[in-house]
Formats: sequence, C-alpha cells, structure tokens
Amino acid sequence: MSGTLRRRRAYDGVALCAPVTIPYRRYSTNTAQWWIGRALQMLTQQAGLRPQDVDGLSVSSFTIAPDTGIGLTQHFGLSPRWLDHVPFGGASGVVALRRAARAVEAGDAELIACVAGDTNHVDSFRRTLASFSRFAQDAVYPYGSGGANASFALIARNYMNTYGARREDFGKICVAQRANAMAVPHALMKNRLTLDDYMAARAISDPIHLFDCVMPCAGAEAFLVCGEAAARSLGLKPVRLLSTIERHNAFPQDAIQLRGGWSLDAGELWSMAGVRPEDVDFVETYDDYPVISMMQLEDLGFCQKGEAAAFVRQHTLTNDGSFPHNTCGGQLSVGQAGAAGGYLGLVEAIRQLSDAPLGTQVPNANTGLVSGFGMINYDRGLASGAAVLARIA
Amino acid sequence: MTEPLPRPRRKNPLGRTRLPLSPQGARSRTAHGLTAAAAEGRFRLQTCADCGAVVYPPRDACPQCLSPRLPYEDVEAGGVLVAETTVRAATDPYFRERVPWRIGTVKLDAGPALVAHLHGDAAEGGRVRLELKLDKSGAPVAIALPERDTPNMQDDPQLRELTSDPKYRRVLITDGRTAVGQAMAKAFSEAGSSIVFVGIADAWKPFPGMGALRGIERVEIVPFDMTDSESVTEQAEQNGGRVDIIVNTAEHVRAGGIIDRRGIGIAREEMDVRYFGLMRLAQAFGPVMRFRGADGVNSASAIVNLLSVYALMNWPAYGAHSAAEAACLSATQSLRAELRPGGVRMVNVFFGPLDTEWFQTVPPPKVAPAALARAVIEALKRGVEDVFVGDVAEDVRARLAVNPKALERELAS
Repeated sequence: MSGTLRRRRAYDGVALCAPVTIPYRRYSTNTAQWWIGRALQMLTQQAGLRPQDVDGLSVSSFTIAPDTGIGLTQHFGLSPRWLDHVPFGGASGVVALRRAARAVEAGDAELIACVAGDTNHVDSFRRTLASFSRFAQDAVYPYGSGGANASFALIARNYMNTYGARREDFGKICVAQRANAMAVPHALMKNRLTLDDYMAARAISDPIHLFDCVMPCAGAEAFLVCGEAAARSLGLKPVRLLSTIERHNAFPQDAIQLRGGWSLDAGELWSMAGVRPEDVDFVETYDDYPVISMMQLEDLGFCQKGEAAAFVRQHTLTNDGSFPHNTCGGQLSVGQAGAAGGYLGLVEAIRQLSDAPLGTQVPNANTGLVSGFGMINYDRGLASGAAVLARIA
Repeated sequence: MTEPLPRPRRKNPLGRTRLPLSPQGARSRTAHGLTAAAAEGRFRLQTCADCGAVVYPPRDACPQCLSPRLPYEDVEAGGVLVAETTVRAATDPYFRERVPWRIGTVKLDAGPALVAHLHGDAAEGGRVRLELKLDKSGAPVAIALPERDTPNMQDDPQLRELTSDPKYRRVLITDGRTAVGQAMAKAFSEAGSSIVFVGIADAWKPFPGMGALRGIERVEIVPFDMTDSESVTEQAEQNGGRVDIIVNTAEHVRAGGIIDRRGIGIAREEMDVRYFGLMRLAQAFGPVMRFRGADGVNSASAIVNLLSVYALMNWPAYGAHSAAEAACLSATQSLRAELRPGGVRMVNVFFGPLDTEWFQTVPPPKVAPAALARAVIEALKRGVEDVFVGDVAEDVRARLAVNPKALERELAS
C-alpha cells in the first residue's frame, strides 16, 4: 500500500528561529501555564514582537489540565488565527514543526510560536504514570508500577538478546552526553560521569540502571516557525527546514519493539532533504533511554539494523569528536521536562545551526538531524518523527 | 524450583502491623471482562466475532477489522516469555514495599503480547502458561507460570500474593457439627493450615463425628454460636487476630415454599443462622481481618461463604431457603467491597443439593461434603472468587447465563 502513496511535498522557505529554553527545575510549585507563559514571553522578547503579533500557536504539555491549547489563548491574551495542541510527548517538537511549517507555507499564519512546557510537582510524576492512557491503566501500571523504566527495560532486554548490545554500549552514549552537558548552565545532572560510574549504578529495572533514566523535572522550550524572509526582517538568524517525517503505531505486529516508524519513512526523509546520513554534522535523538537512541541511529540509516552498538563503539559522540550526538547533553543530563523533552533536541539543533548553543558549539555544524519518539501507550512508543535542518549561509 | 515457604515465626506482639495497601485497581469498563474471567479462574480474552483476531489490551474496536463485536472467549493460554525485567523502583506504594518484582512480555500462541507478572520458575525464552488472577485490589491481572508444574510452585511469593493458599494460614470453620464442617476441617488440616479452629455451639451436646473431628491434626475446638452475637464477638476477641481464613459452614436447610409455611418462625431461624449469622461474623472478624491484610506470610486473606446455588434463582421446592440464601449472596457483595481495602477476598462457593440428611428426598446428583471441601481448598489456592461445585450448580449457572426467565420456569416445574 504505502508504496503507491504520493510522496510528501518538499518545503519551500520555511525557517525556524528564536530558540528558547526556560531553565529546568527538579520540582516546581508553579503551574504548566506559568512555564509556558515564561517561554512565550522570552520568545516574543527575543524576536522583538508584541505577544499579539504571534498569529499562530502550537502547545504541547502533559500538565495543563483542565486546559487545552484553546484556554491558553485567553490566559495569555493572544488572538491567533491558527492554533494547535500536540500532546505527543517525545514527538511533540517534530510534529509541531511539521504542522506549523505547512501552515506557514499555506499562509494560514505567518509567525507561529511553538511551545512545550510542563511543571513537576512533588507527586505529579506518579499521578501521570497511573493515568497515562487507558491501556497503561488496564494493562501496564498494575504490573509492578515501574513506569516507563519497566517498559523500556523489557524493550532494552529484548534488544540486547536480539542484537548482542551490551550495557557498556548504552553507557558510552550516556557518558558522552554528560560530557556534552558540562557547559550547559541549567543541566540538572552536571557531575562528570565515567563508564565505571555508569556500570556501578544501582539497578532500577534490569537492565535499566540509574544513569539510563532521565530525571523528571519542570521546564519549557520554544521556537518560532515562519518564512525565511520574515525571520530576516525581524533580525533573527533563521535555520532552514529541509525535510520531516512522522509515523504512528508502526509495526503493530512486532511482539516487542525492536524498530520504530522511522524505518518506514527514512528513505523519503533523506531524499527530500537532498542529503545522506553521512552528510549531517550532528544528530539529536530522543534519548529517554539509550536503547531508543540506538534504534533511531539504525532506523534513520546511520548504520545497519542491529549494528548501533558497533557504531557507537566507533565514535566519540561528543561535540569535539566524531558523530556529535545530543549536543547539549540530552534529557539524560539536562532533565526531562515533560513534553518539553520532545522539544529539547529541536531547540538545540536550531541553536547549533545559528551559533547560539547553551553549551559547546559543534565545529562546522551546517546540517543536523533531529528525531522524536513518544507516547508509550501500552508496551511501546507509538510516535516517531524526524527532521533535517540546515544552516542558511 | 521454588524455595519452600518457611513456617512463619511467632509474631512479635509489640511490633507494628504492616498496613495493607492496594495496587491500582482502576480498569476500563471493557477490561472488566477480564475481571469476570479471573473471578472464575478462566483464561479469556476478547476475540473478534468477525475476523477471529484475539485482542489485548481490551478494546472497543478490533485492530484488524474495526468490528465492535469483541466478546471474551476462552483462549489458549500458552506462549513464550520474550523478555523479563525485575522492577526495583516502583512509584506506587504497594509495589514499592514489594520490590524486587518480576514482570515480563509474553507472546501468546493465540496472537497478542501481554505484560504479565512472573512466577519465579517462568524463565526468559521459555514456554509459559498465563492465568488471570485478581490482585489485592480485586482487579484482574495476568501471571505467567512455568508451562509444567514445578515443586512448591504455590509458595512463589508473587503467586501467593494473588492467591489465598491455606498453607501456614489459620482457619476458622464456623460450624463443626455438620458433615460439611467436618470435611472442611480435615481438608484444611491436610492443606497445611497451621491452626484449624472449629466452632461448636453448646459443646456439651454430643454430635456425630465428634471423636473423628477432635482427632484431626491441628484442630482446635472453640465455642462458637452463629446465632449469638456475644459468642461470636467473644471468639473474635479471643482469636480474631489469629484468623486468616474463615469458612462459614453454618447451614439451615428446610424444604418448602413460602405459602405452605405456617408463620415466619422457621424463616426467622433461617435468617438468623444464615443472614444475621454472616453479619455477626463480618462485624466481629471483619475489622481485624481488614487490618491484617498485609501481615506477612500468614496475613488475613479470605472469607469463604458457602451458598446454595439457588441464591441465584429461587427453587420453589426450597423456596424460603432459597430466599435466605439470596439475602446472604447480596450481603457478600457488600462485604466484598468492604473487605477490599484490606486485600481480603470474599469467596462465594455455590453448590446444589448436598449429600446430607436435609436433602434426603432429593434425587442425585448431589454434592458430597468432601468434594465441597476440596473445591474450597482449590478455590483458595487458585485465588478465584466465584466457584460452582458439582453438576447441579454448573447447570444452573449455564442456564442462568442463557435465559434467566426460562430457568425460573424450569425450577418451578
């Protein structure tokens, strides 16, 4: 079937700019609306706009209930002519970008603020887990209540059994990301991590150990989507959108997740972008667990299926070495601020391609890949997405 | 190979009793099809009536063909344990005090993959069979057991959490004068219960089987009269903190319908023994049992109520008796909800006419007291909450499921 579908149309002059990060905090007494409002404020200030100039808004959050995106327009005093609510967890950034890019191309909106933010109260993580989805309530949470750690433990275990990946290989990813995070001021985890530290950490849900897990926290991320000309006229440094993909509930027949939707769509991602995997200068994967980063490297074509462990062994994965990966430290180091975790890589990629990193700059960063993954509804992440971005000379 | 359960040590009387907690019990309405299956110890999953796909987690549309016709059907319970993990950090307080806790992904031969609790002898990569159980919140869960029985497998801590195994538990049998009460005492002694309290009213009155009853290992005769609130309360004060399972064997069977009885004397007696008896029992023992639901190896675990299957549909030949049984059934539904915070199970055991003097004129098939006792032990070991013992009970249940009105007429003829 999918072979006969029409190919996605390429993008024309869509830009990303004004990357915003509201520094994360482990716990916050503020609401999600506060965090999202702060990000919007910073975004408009950075772009030299009045809030009312924003004519498109895309919101992602797990903790704005009982509000949805529509309620936030009144809360923030905005009157947008285009509004989106993308509660897709780790795929939120890429999906919000895809929707916004088409709206800008079609002229439905000119300046679209894409914002993701969540708060983290002392008990909100447990509550979110217990009622995350109907399938989670009926068929996952009553089984040990290990949350995402337990679900990804089963996926990681099966991946290790199938492809021979070792804990050391996962550790390589975590250690390199921590090195990338050392210069990021607000990273929640900023002690240097060695492979010995990683290996010696306590087990959480075998084979998942402490440093495989992200730290839930409060925070917000945002960026602006508009035409390249509009960005320039605002005096902003735009980054070009080359291509994107998204896919949901791919491979439902697999008994346990070994691959994500990227492998259905990666061919089109690269052909639309007009670049090859070896051409990108850095990669931002969704790293809620390093095994998922490995799956992304395989399914997006950086190496063969099952060979990510060997691939990881061949590279430093650091900003100053070969194959820079999760260049601000990823969620594993800076923390997972709910849906903002799905924006982190995208916002960081915009920074790297416009010379405004929070941490260290990847030398000669001209093309970057961002990947998203989200929503473990039952036993696997359902959403996958990716985007290729490029510096505008 | 499961480590045999060590005999629990005497409880430190000064120690704090661990309070019972429950795992999350919320389920979607559709998922309660699993509750119905688990209550009777069946393995049933939704099966698409249009395309035959076996579906899990519970859904309202078939993921193959979108059909809404997804009845629960018996399904082959065999599969492979594809991957396992040991949860060591849990967000939920119930599991937090029970980690490490093993779970795994089981690919069923019938199709879907289930996340399940794991028995200690279920090995990754190996064949397993799934059973549906009710957890401490009364909600349905799947557990993967080794494909073939292994030594001491009942003693596995994760399995024992989902059952009410009588081994090393202390039992109170409310009436030892009856054949059923005596069969029950023998069965619990053989099942490894550490004390079998057997209630006898007016102990000075001899009764058939008294000698044999006293001769059963670990039986302790206690004064107990279900029709006397003071007697029941006194026994609860004496031994309530040491009773983990109660089997209510008090019976009162008299033939006849409603009109033909002169007055309400007998009916009142029936209600006093059965309905008010159950109430006295629950009020005296319920609070302490509910408090002791997580009190170690021999925690309070179950109340077993023996019920005539005619509680479900009146049998006019024993019409007044059936009505009293129906009152008891309704009370157990309330008790089930009231006991749930303690993780104490309410087990209803339904049976047809017993092979005892009170059903002398009724033709076979009848249920032998020993068979009833075996069924009770089995029910506790398996952790089910509704049991139908014998051909008559099964027959009534089956007819009821198809057409209750037809059954009403059939029982009247």
